[in-house]
Amino acid sequence: MRTGAFILLLASAAPAYAQDHAAHQPHEVQADAPDKAPPQSAHPEQESEIQAATALPPMDHGSMDHQQPGEPGGMDSGAVGHDPAGAMEMDGAIDHSAHGAMDKVAGIPEAPPPPEAYSGPAYAADAFVGPRIMAASRAAVARVVSGLPVFWFMADRAEYRVRQGKDGYLWDVQGYYGGDIDKFWFKSEGEGVFSENPESAEVQALWSHAIGPWWDLQAGVRQDLAGPDRTHAVVGVQGLAPYLFEVDAAAFVSNKGDVTARIEGELDQRITQRLILQPRAEIGLSAQDIPELGIGAGVDRIETGLRLRYEFVREFAPYVGIDQEWRLGQSADYARAAGEDPSVTSFVVGVRLWF
Amino acid sequence: MTSIDRRKFLAAGSVSLGALGIAAAMPAWARGAMGGTLARRGSDVLSGEHLSLTVADAVFETGARRGPAVTVNGTIPGPLLRLREGQNLVVDLLNNSSEDTSVHWHGMLVPFLMDGVPGVSMAGLKPGERFRYDFPVRQAGTYWWHAHTLQEPMGHYGPIIIDPAEPEPFAYDRDYVLMLSDWSPMNPHTIMKKLKVADAYFNYNKTTATDDYPLSGAARRMWARMRMMPTDISDVTGSTYSFLVNGYGPDDGLEFAYRPGERIRLRIINGAAMTYFNVRIPGLPMTVVAADGQNVRPLEVDEFQIGNAETYDVIIEPRDGDAFAFIAEAMDRTGMGLAMFAARPGARASVPDLRAPPLLTMADMGMSDMEPGSMDHEGVGGAQSAPMGAMAMDGMSMRDTSKLPPDVKVGPGLDMVAMNPVDRMGYPGTGLDKVSHRVLTYKDLVAAKPNRDQRRPSRSVEIHLTGNMERYMWSFDGKKFSAVTDDPIRFAFNERVRVRLVNDTMMAHPIHLHGHFFELVNGHDGFQPLKHTLTVQPGSSATFDLTADEPGDWAFHCHLIYHMHNGMFQVVTVRPLNGEVGQ
Repeated sequence: MRTGAFILLLASAAPAYAQDHAAHQPHEVQADAPDKAPPQSAHPEQESEIQAATALPPMDHGSMDHQQPGEPGGMDSGAVGHDPAGAMEMDGAIDHSAHGAMDKVAGIPEAPPPPEAYSGPAYAADAFVGPRIMAASRAAVARVVSGLPVFWFMADRAEYRVRQGKDGYLWDVQGYYGGDIDKFWFKSEGEGVFSENPESAEVQALWSHAIGPWWDLQAGVRQDLAGPDRTHAVVGVQGLAPYLFEVDAAAFVSNKGDVTARIEGELDQRITQRLILQPRAEIGLSAQDIPELGIGAGVDRIETGLRLRYEFVREFAPYVGIDQEWRLGQSADYARAAGEDPSVTSFVVGVRLWF
Repeated sequence: MTSIDRRKFLAAGSVSLGALGIAAAMPAWARGAMGGTLARRGSDVLSGEHLSLTVADAVFETGARRGPAVTVNGTIPGPLLRLREGQNLVVDLLNNSSEDTSVHWHGMLVPFLMDGVPGVSMAGLKPGERFRYDFPVRQAGTYWWHAHTLQEPMGHYGPIIIDPAEPEPFAYDRDYVLMLSDWSPMNPHTIMKKLKVADAYFNYNKTTATDDYPLSGAARRMWARMRMMPTDISDVTGSTYSFLVNGYGPDDGLEFAYRPGERIRLRIINGAAMTYFNVRIPGLPMTVVAADGQNVRPLEVDEFQIGNAETYDVIIEPRDGDAFAFIAEAMDRTGMGLAMFAARPGARASVPDLRAPPLLTMADMGMSDMEPGSMDHEGVGGAQSAPMGAMAMDGMSMRDTSKLPPDVKVGPGLDMVAMNPVDRMGYPGTGLDKVSHRVLTYKDLVAAKPNRDQRRPSRSVEIHLTGNMERYMWSFDGKKFSAVTDDPIRFAFNERVRVRLVNDTMMAHPIHLHGHFFELVNGHDGFQPLKHTLTVQPGSSATFDLTADEPGDWAFHCHLIYHMHNGMFQVVTVRPLNGEVGQ
């Protein structure tokens, strides 16, 4: 095997270099750049020297093999006498116009490897290093060079809400741990008014599975932590829609049999590299009236927001914004009955952060 | 061997003993993540038949940045190995660092067990362990070595120069190594996580409502519709990277002396983890004489793009002026490596500003014939000029998986299929297609010697480079390494195969095959240039011929380290292992 590679490098004797140049010109189609041969022998007798970095002293020339006088095969590159000047003429032209065949494999059949390519042990190093050592190493490397699982947590919205009446708060966080395809995904959101119990609060624990380049299918459970005790089964999709909309859509079936759904979308509009305007919309849907939760059938509520954040670093971005929520149809009636305004406008200030 | 060799051996031995002594006084585990001493810049030179390399945790600083690093023999880059073709080489590697290590001899023809790839040819060297490499040096030229672990981006790399047994076919008076790299104070695992979880975390050249990019509203909407970014040039940028030349940042004052009129050989090695560089010396043409260590017909250019792990040897001949600036500008134009050629100490040439960041084009989407003006000059037909925004808006799928061969796995890890992946070896690289001076392309490379194996390939193989930018998944044929550990790419010993790489992504990938040189199929039949690393331009294809004459298992991967570490890694196996030709 070693001999073979030696041939690769050495088979063509140096004179071939000088000859082939003149003989093989078919590809130099146009010389549209200056074809200037640099003077070859400007300093034919100067010695070559290697300096790895100028901060270092130049190499000790005396110690270089190639400058030992009398040593056969010495590497005095300065000795160009063996190099006919003609060999050094330049191609010069950058050959942009050569018309190469587009399909470079044309005429060469695509075929599986010959049988001998399957010969021998599965892993060439096993017999020399030890099968167990290599198996462990292979497993470790396969893990490391195939994308290690990561943990990610993001508070997309953590904000103070100024509105008519009492000011409130909202959190909307999520995160995951996992690899490229399968992840454990958790989400939590909630909101309320200061000094009162939260109006809503929930956590979700989901298994997330990549179903396409941009979409994950998510399924799991949601537990409500405020209001009437409810547990829901969740199935949804989360991902990136065309035009770069971040979308999270999920359907819920509660332990009371109620079916609801929620669709959220947001879009990052960069004003500068760090100043980002984010419009956001969320629609709540319900298959039935759920009086004890104040939810009416159909489109239950719509929430829109506009947040302007500044990314001091990617991970930390304070924002200000405005948020408008409407409760619709029967939900609006439930709200009015409870003495609430079905339309609420909030000015928000908060922070988006992740790690 | 001569007494000179023995002297060098002793010198090398004492250096490594010194390093061993220091490290032994403070074990790796006691030093913590930021432990270790401050790395020195630049390489020491090691020559001889028996060398020692000691890996250690360290701290590196350049400019305002300071952070954890890994050194070999105390420096970044590690030692320059100055070898001779035909010698034998023994290297004792000692791991005094806190992580697994290895050394891969990039571009060198070695027995596969000496190739230094954990999981393929050896087990990673654990802290405190030693490994002895022992192989003959069968080639000449400019190469480099590096860890095949995540220590590489932290500083575990260095140059190799092998003096030829026969004289070079070109002359020069001085010889300099310029090893380009990118260093971040951020730990590689942290960088990888940011790439996974955040949307183009390191890119601060995105399109915005206030940018200056020459993009119409329709074009911007088209990119958004595709869920891709025209500014996605480099995954990791100058926002965290300092670009180094021989370990020197742009403000660290690296200076190379010369006398006007001298011919100077520059050996330029891209040892960066994630950065393509555009290399130029304003006012000074460069004559390319070797690519990836192998001589090519000399060719004068004004600039070239160098992919990760590639090397180019050029000859310059500064005459007028007393200083020239060596500029290694990151392809995404977020920073540069800088050095000065100075005819007198302290002489300085003016340093040009970074050029405006480039944008991806239709050709980078694999729609080459849609944008005839701006891609490589061999553009076929290309009469149907479609305005950038108009097309792709209706009916044109960016992910028509019916165009893929059946062995490509279609799944979440594949976000694009190149519709028309033409060969773009005539393309000089992103951002260099419209500059007014001469830029090297792969089509310009002609081997200095006739190709050894002139057989017509008996079969062809097509391999797709696949990925998902949003999820930061990368793979060959849609399958990341964990899916193919027992299904390597197979070649029979001495088989001559034509391999076509199809890039179904919008990034350039520098693809490296270990243990072999392959020949670029670039139109120079019989004189196809030999390379170990090949850039496949975005949305295009590139083809090489391989004579599989090195038995064993060999890594085959993208040399963008976070692409490799996210799955763009495979094993090529050449059988039978005894190197006998079948049939």
